[in-house]
Amino acid sequence: MNLSISLTVNGARRDVELEDPRVTLLDLLRERLQLTGTKKGCDRGQCGACTVLVDGRRINSCLALAISHDGADVLTIEGVARGDQLHPLQAAFIAHDGFQCGFCTPGQIMSALGLIREGQAGDDPERVREGMSGNLCRCGAYSGITDAVLEVQKSLVEANQRRSA
Amino acid sequence: MKTFDYIRPASIAEAVAAATEPGAAYLAGGTNLLDLMKGGITRPNRLVDVSRLPGLDRIERLPDGGVRIGALVRNADLAHDPDFARFYPAIAEALLSGASAQLRNAATVGGNLLQRTRCGYFYDVASACNKREPGAGCDARDGENRLHAVLGWSEACIATHPSDFCVPLVALDAVVEIEGGAGRREVAVEALHCLPGDTPARESALEPGDLIVALRLPGDARAFSTHQRYLKVRERTSYAFAIVSAAAALRIEQGTIREARLALGGVAAKPWRARAAEDSLQGARPGPDAYRRAAEAALTGAKPSGDNQFKIELAQRILVRALTLAAAGTPERVAALPASPFSALSGALIDA
Repeated sequence: MNLSISLTVNGARRDVELEDPRVTLLDLLRERLQLTGTKKGCDRGQCGACTVLVDGRRINSCLALAISHDGADVLTIEGVARGDQLHPLQAAFIAHDGFQCGFCTPGQIMSALGLIREGQAGDDPERVREGMSGNLCRCGAYSGITDAVLEVQKSLVEANQRRSA
Repeated sequence: MKTFDYIRPASIAEAVAAATEPGAAYLAGGTNLLDLMKGGITRPNRLVDVSRLPGLDRIERLPDGGVRIGALVRNADLAHDPDFARFYPAIAEALLSGASAQLRNAATVGGNLLQRTRCGYFYDVASACNKREPGAGCDARDGENRLHAVLGWSEACIATHPSDFCVPLVALDAVVEIEGGAGRREVAVEALHCLPGDTPARESALEPGDLIVALRLPGDARAFSTHQRYLKVRERTSYAFAIVSAAAALRIEQGTIREARLALGGVAAKPWRARAAEDSLQGARPGPDAYRRAAEAALTGAKPSGDNQFKIELAQRILVRALTLAAAGTPERVAALPASPFSALSGALIDA
């Protein structure tokens, strides 16, 4: 059985020889590519700590078999900043105290990125909370997380308005 | 997780041939299957990855005004398809009330129909479960069973079907197209899932190798699009399975209910169509008395399987609420908290 796969991870092509079809995308990122920013929380799709974007959509990487995602374009938390310049969501999480221990934060930020791209929540705090309900924060930083997402959403809308003006 | 052979067939025929072998399982979104495999609940020898089969990811309008949904369409994509959400709003709302955004992006229509119960004793391999191991017994009978079935259960199994999506589907006469060793056939979603009886391990009408390739909704179901809702009570506001849920769809003409469609979720091993309740509403004037009578008819024959007597009354109240909301009219847009009877304001009821 040929178990080699190719992925684009944070813009770079990565060829990986899998020794076993059981490897999840999460384990591949962490154990084979040393991208340990994506966290393993529950490993059962309940906590959202492992959230990454696959082909532009947020998914739980713990419930994705790597081999089934051959050819996919993956974006992880390591790929969102531009050099030393934080992504606006990263900066907003700091500005709004959107975390305490930080373990869930990479998943929260990747999920927020997916949420904004989906374009369903807008500036409604209720829709943002609902859209982020797949990411648990046991420190209880939800209020700051919601504020951070809303601020970035607002600044994106303003930036788009400036561009189209 | 037990190891397995991984096969990625290029066609439906190859997939069916590969999955007919004993111990084979289909993999699509994987959101339920991988979880089950990690827990040792499901132990396939072979995974047949159908996630890239061509032609199964489309949403097509049918000549009768209905819609045909490929089995690989993702839950999120179906819920946000503007035409689909306009004509079948309770189904879109049910989809958006299920799981999380991440899971809805991965989970497929076909997989959702075939997801397994969330009974804790089914998931705990140290517990006795007739569904997981026929003849082993049922630890849920004397266990933590306040969320278990109140309709259609047996001494062998009191588990419930967890899908939100399936509840409005059975109400609106959805049909699945199945490809199997003997060719293609169709089964109503209402007939797809089995009640447990003495054989709770048999959960559906599917035979080994059978692959759901599409889901169809009839065009006449669109007559209900302006008066339909899905309502779901959970133990937390979001990202939880239903304790009880209800889909209600009405066709109202000149102040009279001409036709009603009702189904319940979280009460049985299958999504529960309430035909007697539908009949009781035909020709009735919309209002609390008619809704309560319908709700009582829907729960006729219900009995607790454990510490869940409350679900019988809860299901009736949720049906009354769902009917009240459906009669008031489908909202322009799915609520911020899809299918929730609560708003963010503490103690306030949404849309009531």
